[in-house]
Amino acid sequence: MSATTLDAAPSRLRLGLRAGMIGAVCLLAAFPVLNQLPETHALHVSDFLVSVSGKWICYAILALSLDLAWGYAGILSLGHGAFFALGGYAMGMHLMRLIGPRGVYGHPVLPDFMVFLGYRELPWYWLGFDSFAFAMLMVLLVPGMLALVLGWLCFRSRITGVYLSIITQAMTYALMLAFFRNDMGFGGNNGFTDFKELLGMPLNTGAARATLFYASLVSLVVCYLLCRWMTATKYGRVLTAIRDAESRVRFLGYDVTRHKLFAFVASAMMAGLAGALYVPQVGIINPGEFSPGNSIEAVVWVAVGGRGTLVGAVLGAFSVNGLKTWLTSAAPDLWLFVLGGLFVAVTLFLPKGLIGLLQGRGK
Amino acid sequence: MKGRRLYLDGVSVVFDGFRALNNLALVVEPGEMRAVIGPNGAGKTTMMDVITGKTRPTAGVASFGDADLTRMDEAAIANLGIGRKFQKPTVFDALTVFENLELALKAPRGPIACLRWILSGEGRARVEEVMEETGLADRAQDPAGILSHGQRQWLEIGMLMMQDPELLLVDEPVAGMTDAETEHTAALLARIAGKHSVVVVEHDLEFVRALGCRVTVLHEGSVLSEGSIDHVQNDPRVVEVYLGR
Ligand SMILES: Nc1ncnc2c1ncn2[C@@H]1O[C@H](COP(=O)(O)OP(=O)(O)O)[C@@H](O)[C@H]1O
Ligand SMILES: [Mg+2]
Repeated sequence: MSATTLDAAPSRLRLGLRAGMIGAVCLLAAFPVLNQLPETHALHVSDFLVSVSGKWICYAILALSLDLAWGYAGILSLGHGAFFALGGYAMGMHLMRLIGPRGVYGHPVLPDFMVFLGYRELPWYWLGFDSFAFAMLMVLLVPGMLALVLGWLCFRSRITGVYLSIITQAMTYALMLAFFRNDMGFGGNNGFTDFKELLGMPLNTGAARATLFYASLVSLVVCYLLCRWMTATKYGRVLTAIRDAESRVRFLGYDVTRHKLFAFVASAMMAGLAGALYVPQVGIINPGEFSPGNSIEAVVWVAVGGRGTLVGAVLGAFSVNGLKTWLTSAAPDLWLFVLGGLFVAVTLFLPKGLIGLLQGRGK
Repeated sequence: MKGRRLYLDGVSVVFDGFRALNNLALVVEPGEMRAVIGPNGAGKTTMMDVITGKTRPTAGVASFGDADLTRMDEAAIANLGIGRKFQKPTVFDALTVFENLELALKAPRGPIACLRWILSGEGRARVEEVMEETGLADRAQDPAGILSHGQRQWLEIGMLMMQDPELLLVDEPVAGMTDAETEHTAALLARIAGKHSVVVVEHDLEFVRALGCRVTVLHEGSVLSEGSIDHVQNDPRVVEVYLGR
């Protein structure tokens, strides 16, 4: 057993994965172009496939962000959907402001639901959202701030493991209940919809769909590279060390609270970005996005793909959502059972997920 | 930097009414090596927990130089220059031997500093030197998870050397080791001892005799006897505790 053969197997796998990733990105990038071909053409990609894969790309960014927190820093968040939803709401607020006087009630400033609920003027926290730059800042800052406060409270008190998971789950549930309320000023259970335009592009055109698709794909690649870089530095190794033996890291002089907080906030911002890209593509955001089930599904994507590998998270998001899309049309009643079964099966038989399966074959 | 003295006085730790430490006093002078012995449950590990901030004493004073150890957290105490090797060796299994040592190397500890970290030639040389000294050079790229028990102990001692602390606390470094491994460990510790203050907890009286330093005997959370190994071995109270059971 010489060192070279041991090294060769993983590096071949790594090369294969890299080639696969580049291929997959190119394939995805071709979707909007192939969508332009006549429907009779063999290579035609349907509108449905373009729009559904645009959504999956956003889910993949969410999965990446969760993998950074869970797979590397060991923070099993069961509330990452909340950061996604907050980013989505921040984008939704911008889109609502852009509707302007084109609403059903024709009010020059107030969104329809506010007119309906008898608002006289815009609540203070809606100010500034008419600016794209401000809204984008909020897409990152609002989830980031929530993660900062929640993380600081938990990590400082050394709340870890299942307790932390329960707290994050409670957080997303509490936010869901809050956003359901009409007096919060976020449209209650209807949320936001009927968006008209973004950056001057009417949203119901193919060009807008393609632009959003490419924005999402570029974001995914950038987020992936960012995570790859972070985890390849000594910071990434500190996170791994914290994941495996948190208290030992403290005795080396590392401030574990700060390190975990940094990763958690970065992760929450990434999830917020994913939500912001998602909302204009699906055309709606409502409190259902905060539902605990969404966050749990995201954990299943990462577990299925293989946590702590980044590429596994992306793979998991695409494959589980692909399965879901197919199953919800083929046998809609089965989906939740399949999801649960999948999680149990992966935990028991594939602790390293699909990537682990590939690694096993690579050896 | 001029050396600092470790000073414990009147330290008590109570767990649910059980006194693990009882009015303990211990002074370790700069550069001194001290062996701490005592039967199982005497409170040796708990004493280290107090010094390193893992456990807050119920009462008493614990200081290093003019720093009050009872008010600092583990990371702050480590950065003060107090390093610790645990009774149960704890290294980072998913990281390689090299990465474990690099993580321990004295350097800025914040997230941003770690993101921007580039190992200098000097740092690399230091890691390699420690791998050489601990006998782990040929395991550099192996994950720590596949090391043997003895190698894990040495890796942890190596991590202490990388931290370059002023005071080292070493908890039962040779427990479960073969004779050859014990010898290697004793040589390692002797080499570190020169420049630092060291507190070694050990059961093995022969090992302690070989260290040739002052010995403190703990029993039921307090100091029973203190002095040279010959002095404590002939102390009737020590004989009673060790042999009278
Ligand atoms: N966290 C704890 N909770 C309760 N009892 C403890 C705890 N840590 C240590 N003890 C008790 O304190 C006593 C001293 O333990 P320890 O310091 O580990 O002894 P030694 O290292 O000398 O063998 C033991 O009786 C042990 O059971
Ligand atoms: Mg002990």
